[in-house]
Amino acid sequence: MTSSSKMAYREGKRAWLILADGTVYSGFSLGAMGTTIGEVVFTTGMTGYQETLTDPSYYGQIVTQTFPLIGNYGVNTIDPESSRIWLRGYIIREWCYEPSNFRSKSTLGEYLSQNDIVGIYDIDTRALTKKIREYGVMNGAITTHYPEDMDELLEKIRNFEITDAVKSVSWDSPHYFPADDPKYDVVLFDYGLKRNIARSLNKRGCNVTVVPYDYTLKDIDKLHPDGIMLSNGPGDPAENTQVIENLKEILKTDIPVFGICLGHQLMALATGGKTAKLKYGHRGANQPVVDVALDRVFVTTQNHGYYVVNDSITPDIGKVSHYNANDGSCEGVEYKRPYTFTVQFHPEAAAGPQDTQYLFDRFINNMEEHKNK
Amino acid sequence: MPLRKDIHKVLVIGSGPIVIGQAAEFDYAGNQVCRTLREEGLEVVLVNSNPATIMTDKTMADKVYIEPLIVPVLKKIIKKEKPDSILPTMGGQTGLTLAMQLAKEGFLDEQNVKLLGADPVTIDKAEDRQLFKDMLEGIGEPVIPSKVVTDIDSALDFADNVIGYPVIVRPAFTLGGTGGGICETREELKVIGSAGLRQSPITQILVERCVSGWKEIEFEVMRDAKNNCITVCSMENIDPVGVHTGDSIVVAPAVTLADKEYQMLRTSAIKIIQELGVEGGCNCQFALNPDSFEYAVIEVNPRVSRSSALASKATGYPIAKVASRIAIGYSLDEIKNSVTGKTFACFEPALDYVVVKFPKWPFDKFVYAKRTLGTQMKATGEVMAIGSFFEQALMKAVRSIELGLETMNLPKLKKLTDEEVQQKLYDTDDERIFVVYEAFKRGIDLETIFDITKIDRWFLSKINNLVYMEMFLADGDLTEEKYKDAKDLGFLDSTIRELSGQEPPKRLPAAFKMVDTCAAEFAAETPYFYATYDDENEAEEFIEEHSTGKKKVIVFGSGPIRIGQGIEFDYCSVHCIKALKEAGYEAIIVNNNPETVSTDFDISDRLYFEPLTPEDVDGVLETEKPWGAIVQFGGQTAIKLTKHLTDKGINILGTSADDIDAAEDRERFNELLDKCGIPQPEGKTAFTADVAVKEAEELGYPVLLRPSYVLGGQNMIIAYSKADVVEYMGIITRNGELENPVLIDKYLMGQEIEVDAVCDGTDFLIPGVMEHIERAGVHSGDSISVYPPYALSQSVIDKIVEYTGMLAKELHVLGLVNIQYVLYENTLYVIEVNPRSSRTVPYISKVTNVPIVDLATKILLGDTLKGMGYATGLVPSGDYIAVKVPVFSFPKLTDADSQLGPEMKSTGEVLGIDKDLESALYKGLLGAGYELHKVGDVVLFTVKDADKPDALTVAKKFEKFGYKIYATTGTCDYFKKHGLDAHHINKINEPEPNTDTIFDTGEVDFVISTSKIGRDPAMASVQMRRKAIERSIITLTSMDTANALANCLLSGKTLDSVNMVDINTI
Repeated sequence: MTSSSKMAYREGKRAWLILADGTVYSGFSLGAMGTTIGEVVFTTGMTGYQETLTDPSYYGQIVTQTFPLIGNYGVNTIDPESSRIWLRGYIIREWCYEPSNFRSKSTLGEYLSQNDIVGIYDIDTRALTKKIREYGVMNGAITTHYPEDMDELLEKIRNFEITDAVKSVSWDSPHYFPADDPKYDVVLFDYGLKRNIARSLNKRGCNVTVVPYDYTLKDIDKLHPDGIMLSNGPGDPAENTQVIENLKEILKTDIPVFGICLGHQLMALATGGKTAKLKYGHRGANQPVVDVALDRVFVTTQNHGYYVVNDSITPDIGKVSHYNANDGSCEGVEYKRPYTFTVQFHPEAAAGPQDTQYLFDRFINNMEEHKNK
Repeated sequence: MPLRKDIHKVLVIGSGPIVIGQAAEFDYAGNQVCRTLREEGLEVVLVNSNPATIMTDKTMADKVYIEPLIVPVLKKIIKKEKPDSILPTMGGQTGLTLAMQLAKEGFLDEQNVKLLGADPVTIDKAEDRQLFKDMLEGIGEPVIPSKVVTDIDSALDFADNVIGYPVIVRPAFTLGGTGGGICETREELKVIGSAGLRQSPITQILVERCVSGWKEIEFEVMRDAKNNCITVCSMENIDPVGVHTGDSIVVAPAVTLADKEYQMLRTSAIKIIQELGVEGGCNCQFALNPDSFEYAVIEVNPRVSRSSALASKATGYPIAKVASRIAIGYSLDEIKNSVTGKTFACFEPALDYVVVKFPKWPFDKFVYAKRTLGTQMKATGEVMAIGSFFEQALMKAVRSIELGLETMNLPKLKKLTDEEVQQKLYDTDDERIFVVYEAFKRGIDLETIFDITKIDRWFLSKINNLVYMEMFLADGDLTEEKYKDAKDLGFLDSTIRELSGQEPPKRLPAAFKMVDTCAAEFAAETPYFYATYDDENEAEEFIEEHSTGKKKVIVFGSGPIRIGQGIEFDYCSVHCIKALKEAGYEAIIVNNNPETVSTDFDISDRLYFEPLTPEDVDGVLETEKPWGAIVQFGGQTAIKLTKHLTDKGINILGTSADDIDAAEDRERFNELLDKCGIPQPEGKTAFTADVAVKEAEELGYPVLLRPSYVLGGQNMIIAYSKADVVEYMGIITRNGELENPVLIDKYLMGQEIEVDAVCDGTDFLIPGVMEHIERAGVHSGDSISVYPPYALSQSVIDKIVEYTGMLAKELHVLGLVNIQYVLYENTLYVIEVNPRSSRTVPYISKVTNVPIVDLATKILLGDTLKGMGYATGLVPSGDYIAVKVPVFSFPKLTDADSQLGPEMKSTGEVLGIDKDLESALYKGLLGAGYELHKVGDVVLFTVKDADKPDALTVAKKFEKFGYKIYATTGTCDYFKKHGLDAHHINKINEPEPNTDTIFDTGEVDFVISTSKIGRDPAMASVQMRRKAIERSIITLTSMDTANALANCLLSGKTLDSVNMVDINTI
């Protein structure tokens, strides 16, 4: 029949999702062929799949979209939050092979293929999400070749660990992003940075120098920053022992600091706080966060598997300034060190709500006050 | 902030009768509000003129007033009840406008009544066109270039010299955009602009640049007093800007926006609600240029709305409930999300499915009404469907709207040529989506369809997928994979069988997924499910985990609100569910109407949001394995499932399928009446026009024609001639051959009487007899109905009771039966027996204190009337008279004839209750929107010969009241001949001054007009009535209604002389 070419997407090649507990889901291949192993997580964001794909915080992870229709508006050249796709695999319910949007340059399928990402669709993503919710984060694999030796693959899946995450995603040399109307110089540590953090600072009159994750106080000192920004990033924060040591040195100065996500966790560790892993993390664009000082609640974008243990923020470190309205977990810290605050969520959004951009303004104010002191 | 300490007693204003633009969604909202306020320990006083609502149940509020929704009535009630607060944002535009009037007059301040949730400044900023524009410009939000004008010349000047054509006209302060429209040319602006100015209560219209073709996107936003904001849901209209959102097919969430566009509009919506300072819910509508980031704010509704009801059902987030908690002091982070029990109301729902809303239009009833869709809403109701795929949800929605469609193939389009199909794509009407489908089938390419319709390519491509699947199914083997794909796209097994000619390889049962507000991120307990095709059936798991050991009963709901099957049936369904739960059963509902209380997920033990077709229902039956099923409360929609359920071996509680058939099958019914010795009008049946004409001539004209198995007198007419019969048969057979014959009855113009009865197989209970003001010929739903009867002799009432008992027994009625009688020349005839609930059940329950549905439900479960303490026969009437008055939506339906007949035309009703008939009628008429004081000084008569004697009587009464009587030639001559001094006026097609021009003078208060044949908008009489309606002149087409109204005027009733009745005291 003539129409079968049109329906071809539904007759695609088989692919399988295999979880560490031995569960096998059968679906169809999307993007590159092959086998990929990673930590299976889910995100509930309904828009912004391209931002999700390019968010370095997903390094080492296989991401499930709970919203079933993905790829509707295609992919474009503006929305990526970094230079490439960092996640290790992509699981969705249905992908749109005929996207519609004035900015669309190609389809999701083409995009994944170009970036050599193994994906799978036609999966009951709700059932999968419930499983992750019940059992916690689990390793898994997507493969386009049904494994001849399942035990061998399962062994590999179970042994998978995300290591050297930050090192892998960070730039290895500084990059400079000037503002149109510069008033401040900010050093932005790249632990796995989303571009919109730099853009949000540029927009507020900050010349931004993005520096590699392992820069030391000595390295940045010559840049004479008005403020230091710690970016988001992937992996277990406690693994970054050298970075934490570097931060301790930096904190001996009085330069204002603002940290986001991994930057928030590293900052807590550098000041004596503790981090722990959440059962299945917070990933999505609908997480409510209470700002204690403002007595307000904001809807935030989040993407993290670890959190700062609330009780570990003792008065000599600072105080919990934000908490999650759902589970009460720490979402922000106001430190005793002057002009220093960090948040677990993403005020830069992209994707997600723009409701907490006031935090960038707060950082600017801190720099301004510090300057005038 | 917790509950405010200064709030103890709250007045809640409902939205009044169901009209186009304001339907059951406000009963759903009101119901949530009343429950929430009472949970908080507040005293609630409720006012709503609509007796068919659940919110006016005695148990819903401490004081319940079913009184006209007008300012003086509210003042009386406020003075009597002394509430400390008023919640104005839950009763639609009606409730809001009334509360603002009270506030602006200073009355609320004077009485120390606080407005909760909104204040007049806020409301004006959202509703007054100029203030709205200023507000948006003030916060840097874009608006469509426009100008507010108060005269037509300024409108023309602005369009000619500033923005160019086409332009959109939007009248200020009108319901559902009444009177607005798109004007392509200067001439059109003259007509539509003038009409809009007249319809606006402040004679103000907005003329704006037309952005038709842009995407229309909506956001539902919540805000609390701390300025916390969230968006509950985004929605995208498939029909681009230009079609009223109430008439658009809507998808939730928005599906064609990238995150940057989505967040841009979301941020704008939040900025707007913060600027307005609304405490509660708000709806923001945007136009988005599909080719750039350019957007404009179209409209903001600072209250709960149709869209908020849809958003609540689409996400599981109870907007009205949360909004009422906010209004009494709580903040979003203090309100628990009852769905998860863990999270709070300050999160934004995440969906893992897609929702499609499809409107239900009344064009099947108003065959001559203009089907074009624009800025004036025309739909009476809507359905919602949930699926894992857009195509699946769309197919479910199409099955739910009850057009008899299993797929998107509309039979009548098959006859068109390819060119005609392409041409028809230009018509923006109710059938456009089906035309798009047909166009794809004819090979018209996507770009062509896009260029004509501007429907986003994403939607077109999805619709095209369905076309491909049809072709794919018809080609080659039906493999398991192909079958699964077809199921994912929403095809029924029956369609798959038909298209492929093959049996499905392995039947896939429906798997139910939960609507949980959080995309499974948290464990939820919501018993709210939709079907898709997956391995995991969450409903099954839920049933196992929550096993109660109770017997399970499924109640089938009534689907979309339409003329003839309205909110009354939802009232019955909800009461049935409550009674089942009380009796110790698990009550399960299947329904597809997002506006209703029955689809609120905490009403039943489990809610299945599904189409009410045999195959869709099978999925629910397989998962639930119910002990029994109830169909008698869900109108014809549920009744239609009876045969299928019986075939499946389901235990139908209540009157059996065979007995239902005995009441509906002409021959069997005749036998039954003969056996009982009950007279009925002589009748015949026919399948074709030829036979129909022959039979009609044998009976003698006039005759009544109607199809078997109908509700609301659908497609029912009185035929006076052969031409009428031929025209009618043509319309009724337009979609193919008839399955059941057309019934042809001798038409008797007698006194019409109606009863509802509860029967247990042995005994029967009639809560009350209702006598109609209008004689037979006007559909019972369009008649003013009076309880208890005002003019019937005891012997007639005795006979009614006797016949009702006989019929109940012979038809083995279990539960409810509705019977209509006509008294003609002292003989009582039976016209119709419906073994199911009816539209009078809610109001008669309220005024008689007989909980009809509860009793019926318990009978279905095995109880008896005696066992429940009721005697057999008629319940003695109480101290109060109740008058039900129908309400129409004619102004919104261009070209629809307002002449009443055997086919129902009203969309809603109000009730007047008082201790005497005059007072009750006065209140009923006031509530229905009749002006009962003299404004102009003319009553215009133009009636057909048969009505002239009655018209004379009525005219004399109007003259006595001080009106001048104008009449057209025939009527005028007759009046003069009989001693009434009437002024002659030319007809609309005769030289001016005539009935057309006189309406522009403002002299005419009432028009009383009948014509032998109406309907066709080309006819002068129909045009004249339309013109009167467009001028908001009260137009009556029954001499009996006119007579009642004249009597009411002469009775000299005023609001001072009537009581405000709290029905809890009846």
